[in-house]
Amino acid sequence: METSDSLTISRRDLLIVGAASGAAATAISSHAQAVPASVSATAPVPVTKVSFEVNGQARMMQLDTRTTLLDALRETLHLTGTKKGCDHGQCGACTVLLDGRRIKACLTLAVMHEGASVTTVEGLGTPQRMHPMQAAFVKHDGYQCGYCTPGQICSAIGMLEEIRRGVPSHVTADLTVRPLLSASELQERMSGNICRCGAYSNIVDAITEVSGGQA
Amino acid sequence: MKSFTYERAQTPGQAAAAVAAHPGSRFIAGGTNLLDLMKHQIEAPTHLIDVNGLKLDSIEPTAEGGLRIGALVRNSDLATDERVRRDYGVLSRALLSGASGQLRNRATTAGNLLQRTRCVYFYDTDQACNKRQPGAGCSAIGGATRQLAVIGVSSACIATHPSDMAVAMRLLDANVETVRTDGRVRVIPIADFHRLPGTTPHIETALEPGELVTAVTLPRPTGGTHIYRKVRDRASYAFALISVAAIVQKDGSGRVAVGGVAHKPWRVEAAEAAMPNGAKAVTAGLLAGAAPTEHNAFKLTLVERTLSAVLAQARTTS
Repeated sequence: METSDSLTISRRDLLIVGAASGAAATAISSHAQAVPASVSATAPVPVTKVSFEVNGQARMMQLDTRTTLLDALRETLHLTGTKKGCDHGQCGACTVLLDGRRIKACLTLAVMHEGASVTTVEGLGTPQRMHPMQAAFVKHDGYQCGYCTPGQICSAIGMLEEIRRGVPSHVTADLTVRPLLSASELQERMSGNICRCGAYSNIVDAITEVSGGQA
Repeated sequence: MKSFTYERAQTPGQAAAAVAAHPGSRFIAGGTNLLDLMKHQIEAPTHLIDVNGLKLDSIEPTAEGGLRIGALVRNSDLATDERVRRDYGVLSRALLSGASGQLRNRATTAGNLLQRTRCVYFYDTDQACNKRQPGAGCSAIGGATRQLAVIGVSSACIATHPSDMAVAMRLLDANVETVRTDGRVRVIPIADFHRLPGTTPHIETALEPGELVTAVTLPRPTGGTHIYRKVRDRASYAFALISVAAIVQKDGSGRVAVGGVAHKPWRVEAAEAAMPNGAKAVTAGLLAGAAPTEHNAFKLTLVERTLSAVLAQARTTS
């Protein structure tokens, strides 16, 4: 949050400004409705300090304890690449890497990750220097609307690392040998990421290319 | 989500003291079920005790030749452990059939046992539910019951326990190790850990208020062919309609537990004597006294057919 002043204006910020100026009356009235509920609470809202690393940068925050990791990333740190889809752990749009392992950022509290290291899609690459998984998604057209894409990409990177570590899956035929990446393994392992546009076949192609083509 | 205060416990004793000091508190580990329920305000703890720092995250051999699985071992790590894959394949298979890769990376062994039903009437706060509000009634009874329990049900609740892992734990005769708020430890056999709904479906386990699960132990391996077959509406990332966990020995003897049919993992040891006689004979004993609805009576047939497939698979792989 200490860096929010120095942020350059993003497309999202422009959209927010545009929406606010276009519908100022609506925005104010809904805000006015929201305020009494929070100030009528008798006790102050509990807050807790937490620090963890995000994309290699140390971050210190004082957060309402209810803040999910997803909301801390998006609303406090303004890292809006990680998307909020269902907010109930069902769609995978919020997938990030926590200490290198893929998780759903909507189903964990930010204050639970003192000292951890979080990688979001912003930490993988830049438009000029994309991560190989990002480049492969572009090359294979692994998206349509793009909303699930940051989660798909983080999940795919975490998933390939799981295969490298020998984590088996539901479709692994023999539990006693190291799993290999096949199309069915890939589909099973990516089932926690929903794409409502249905770009699945291209997503499979993109991940397969990055994995070295075993699938 | 209702607001709550938060603290991180470093030792089981500290966690116990914290829970005793804060009525309305809950432990949080993976959070994959509890936070979802808090967002729906089905759970509204006033204080959360983060137990992730308790160092209960290792898998150690026991003196009896089994394994002690720390309460905080993540589902993906338990499924991947070499000893579990080799000696307790049914447990690995059950874990891998549940949830998604991301969730298994966070969800813990104890949390998996303690997860709550996915009965849609429990989740819909506009519906009556004796679990959410004891005495409120049960909208599931007489409602859409296709997913719900067929055996061990009561007039207060027909919810199922959603876990796959717990079915394998029941099959393996696991024991649950706990520490109570006064520091006393005890061991609860998995068969007694989950309760049937009866008149108090809101009391789901044998745990006392504030009692903390510290580990789950597995007895020495039994050998045999380990199979977990889950039947669901889509091929991945869905809860079971029914599931069958089985260990089958070369002579056709063995054991079987079933998920998706009751308020707890369902196993009837007396029915297992019929294993060499085939699925029909076993299922007759296993599901004797079942009280399905017209929407879920198919589960009785589905259990028998799935067990039949499991036994056939065991014959070809042993």
